[in-house]
Amino acid sequence: MSMNSTPKQTSHLKREILVRLIKAYLSDNFAENTRLIPYAMRPKGSEVPYRCCIHKERAILRDRTVAGLGMSIEEADDSTLLSTLAEESLKREEPEKNPLTVLTTACKGCVPSRIYVTDLCQGCVARPCINTCKFGAISIQNGKSVIDPEKCKNCGMCVQVCPYQAITKIIVPCENACPVGAIAKDEDGYAKIDFEKCISCGKCVAACPFGAVHEKSQIIDILKNVKAGKKVIAMVAPAIMGQLPCKPAQLKEAIMKLGFADVYEVAQGADVTTKTEAKEFEERLEAGAEFMTTSCCAGYNELVEKHIPEMKPFRSDTKTPLYYTAEIVKKEHPDAVTVFFSPCNAKRKEAMQNPNVDFVLNYEELGAWFVALGVQVSECGEVQFKTEASAEARNYAVTGGVAKAVQTMLPEHLPTYPVVINGLDKQSIRDLKKYAKNGVCELGNLIEVMACPGGCLGGNGTVNAYKQALKQLTGYVNESKPLVNEEEHIEK
Amino acid sequence: MDKKVSVKVCLGTTCFVMGSANLQELIELVPKKYGDRVDVSGVPCLGLCSIDWEFSKAPYVKVDDEVIKEATVEKVLAAIEKKLK
Repeated sequence: MSMNSTPKQTSHLKREILVRLIKAYLSDNFAENTRLIPYAMRPKGSEVPYRCCIHKERAILRDRTVAGLGMSIEEADDSTLLSTLAEESLKREEPEKNPLTVLTTACKGCVPSRIYVTDLCQGCVARPCINTCKFGAISIQNGKSVIDPEKCKNCGMCVQVCPYQAITKIIVPCENACPVGAIAKDEDGYAKIDFEKCISCGKCVAACPFGAVHEKSQIIDILKNVKAGKKVIAMVAPAIMGQLPCKPAQLKEAIMKLGFADVYEVAQGADVTTKTEAKEFEERLEAGAEFMTTSCCAGYNELVEKHIPEMKPFRSDTKTPLYYTAEIVKKEHPDAVTVFFSPCNAKRKEAMQNPNVDFVLNYEELGAWFVALGVQVSECGEVQFKTEASAEARNYAVTGGVAKAVQTMLPEHLPTYPVVINGLDKQSIRDLKKYAKNGVCELGNLIEVMACPGGCLGGNGTVNAYKQALKQLTGYVNESKPLVNEEEHIEK
Repeated sequence: MDKKVSVKVCLGTTCFVMGSANLQELIELVPKKYGDRVDVSGVPCLGLCSIDWEFSKAPYVKVDDEVIKEATVEKVLAAIEKKLK
């Protein structure tokens, strides 16, 4: 399982564009400086690192910039200048609906997913491939096995039986990564997202080796509100604490240097989630329920809505940490513009459904903003949050952390058996469907679901390598105060 | 006795965001591979990105006095091998 550990040149490209875009916005000529981004990145006579020629390099960088402006690459006309699009991006009042967009000129390189006989085929006498194929798709031509694509159903049986491991499955990385079959190559060979099926988990963004899938950035919308002098308040997810080369306590000052009026830890809301969810779990069990799943992961919530509606009765009705945090912020500051600092793409969808969350910024975008302004995070002062969250809440970002937090709030006599779904894939979705159908999970009764392996620290919008991020975050958790069960105290 | 090779991985904000987050594995990997012949550490901003606003060439790593631009684990290991020859 990939956990944001492979360094990718595509990330470098995307982040460089974001830095240049932020710089352009803050300059005295946003539109023109945006138009020049592809030329600044590939000036006349520069080497052509990835594509056939400098013109294609620039064309692709131009399209990536469109996503940076928060627009759909598919819908933007090729003949429209980036400067025109930059001006248009300033006019919108809210982010575009679907959070992902595909750069089709970058994705043409993939061969369609299929089973393929390689040169390693020895043309053996046993011919297990032919014997095992139920569809009669394999024949021998010139002494070697050949697959008829018209007949092949991609079952992969021949791959398994070949004694030379000569048959292989060619995969399309985005299709392979998508747990719900929402992205596929269309008849023209371009990847296309079916937004009716898409759960916004962002796995395709992380998987594509060409960096063709982009999040539509809301950075321009956020910059616009900061520039207008609005009271823009940052709500930072627990995962942020392992993301940058500084102490967590330095982040607040660093973020305020960007122009934010205040910074709230979403872990504050996680404390509300923990207490509410523990109470709900106890009530459900007493009412005879066999199990309950958590409800804080936006990718999982979309999965339930779109693909496993039968899970709804088993999913906790407790709201997400972001929900409670945004509610607190808007209550304390009704005039605030709220920005959620997110490790993943799925939260963009949740934010669109919650009127208390105005915008979303991921950690790549945050990092780019620091780079553009030259903020050295390790030189910022250490500032406490107004409300300090508990250790358990700060640990929500790590797989198993949510179930663990809920468990600490449960009475000892209650039989609690946590089960952790560490990342959604086709198998774990099959498991979840089975639990919902049977109304029982044989592995336990408190099921925590995280769409990303490793939890939020493995989100597609993160910057730090997983192992280092985990180390940093765990350090922060260990120096935080444990959650207190108030009811237990009263009883004693 | 041979002189030690020194490897400094810049962990300033710019380098970190542009990719040195993923170079941190060098800090574990290099001692395992070369023992005490190579000194490796993550260091605060080396200041290289502020020259001509060269953030796009980050992350930077210094192997002795040699500056490696757009550093990757492979590039750094190759530079170490060259010094040890």
